[in-house]
Amino acid sequence: MTIDSIINGIVLDHITAGKSMEIYKVLELSKLDCSVAIIKNAVSKKEGHKDIIKIDSLIDINLDVLGYIDPGVTVNVVKDGKIAEKRHLSLPETVTGVITCKNPRCITSVEQELPHVFRLTDREKGVYRCVYCEAKAKAEA
Amino acid sequence: MKDLISITDLTINELQQLIDTAQDIISNPDKYCEKCKRKKLATLFFEPSTRTRLSFEAAMLELGGNVIGFSEASSSSASKGESVADTAQTISCYADIIAMRHPKEGAPLVAASAASIPVINAGDGGHNHPTQTLTDLLTIYREKGRLTNLKIGFCGDLKFGRTVHSLITAMSRYEGNSFVLISPEELRVPSYIKTDVLQKNGLPYKETDNWEDMADLDILYMTRVQRERFFNEADYLRLRDVFILTMDKLADAKEDLCIMHPLPRVNEIERAVDNDKRACYFKQVLNGKYIRMALILKLLGIE
Repeated sequence: MTIDSIINGIVLDHITAGKSMEIYKVLELSKLDCSVAIIKNAVSKKEGHKDIIKIDSLIDINLDVLGYIDPGVTVNVVKDGKIAEKRHLSLPETVTGVITCKNPRCITSVEQELPHVFRLTDREKGVYRCVYCEAKAKAEA
Repeated sequence: MKDLISITDLTINELQQLIDTAQDIISNPDKYCEKCKRKKLATLFFEPSTRTRLSFEAAMLELGGNVIGFSEASSSSASKGESVADTAQTISCYADIIAMRHPKEGAPLVAASAASIPVINAGDGGHNHPTQTLTDLLTIYREKGRLTNLKIGFCGDLKFGRTVHSLITAMSRYEGNSFVLISPEELRVPSYIKTDVLQKNGLPYKETDNWEDMADLDILYMTRVQRERFFNEADYLRLRDVFILTMDKLADAKEDLCIMHPLPRVNEIERAVDNDKRACYFKQVLNGKYIRMALILKLLGIE
């Protein structure tokens, strides 16, 4: 299958195979008016299979959220048909509005309009804790 | 503007300053009796806690300040569904500093973000109780003259005892301390305390279910073994009396052992121990008032 090259836009490469729909949802790409292509199970030299998302517009990407969901993603910013910037992601220090605190004793279970914020407490093991009650987030699948 | 939500919000230097101020207050109470004139402390207690609440109120009154507030959620608009954030913003119009106790973990942090005045966490669910830790640190300092090179025994409910976790975390920041953790198997200290605090800082510790180490301890911190934590009554009854501190268990203890308890106690320290000079738990109560006075002064920026 062939998809046209982007002239000005973003290519999210090396997405873990199967995670592209989750990323599409979390980055709210459905709200965009421009073309968006999702390529599932493309061949990858490194990992065997990967997903790719191509966005035909230079939008702002929430790198923190992306770094949390799939830290192996490479963000390629394309301008005039060339890669102007290549960004490798790492686990963000904090994640807001993505992980939900499941602790029923936490204030987030009752307080209205309080965003759920998780902080990285162990980079090696990728452990995130709720900033309010310090409960661990459940591991990403 | 600073708040006190967790004991780790304070640096070692700040902790020492608070201890020094509290000591000065104890020695020179008249010097402090008008420091907070025309200032108001709001005690927002969404669940009852007579000891902590009265301690804060006494502290503010002895600084020459005033107190407003409520002692249970039902006597505030929280019962109408008002958020913690709105409550904090409202109280910022009436008072100069807040002491909050709330059953939900993290509520004081929400209050601190919303308020325009300092917020002190007076206990949030089973999470943190930093002013209890300050009280404990002041007591240790007054009894031992230092916070380093101490062998500290913790006994009783080490799994759910937040004052235990907080004091271990606080004492781990000082050199040379070691810990003896005395509890039934079911109530051992949580693994994250062992990995993230004790092992990470290379601090020696021992887990045991008997009193063999009593003779080596400089401090013995007792907590209540709670019947409701046990899976069956037989286990509770079997273990209940092992962890009661009686005079005979003190036979081998050091002459200058400091026996502490955050209170309230049930039966885990027998009454006879109260008359032993090593019993420090009622001194802890008094120290709690003084360290809270020092804390209020610090957060209000009053010298």
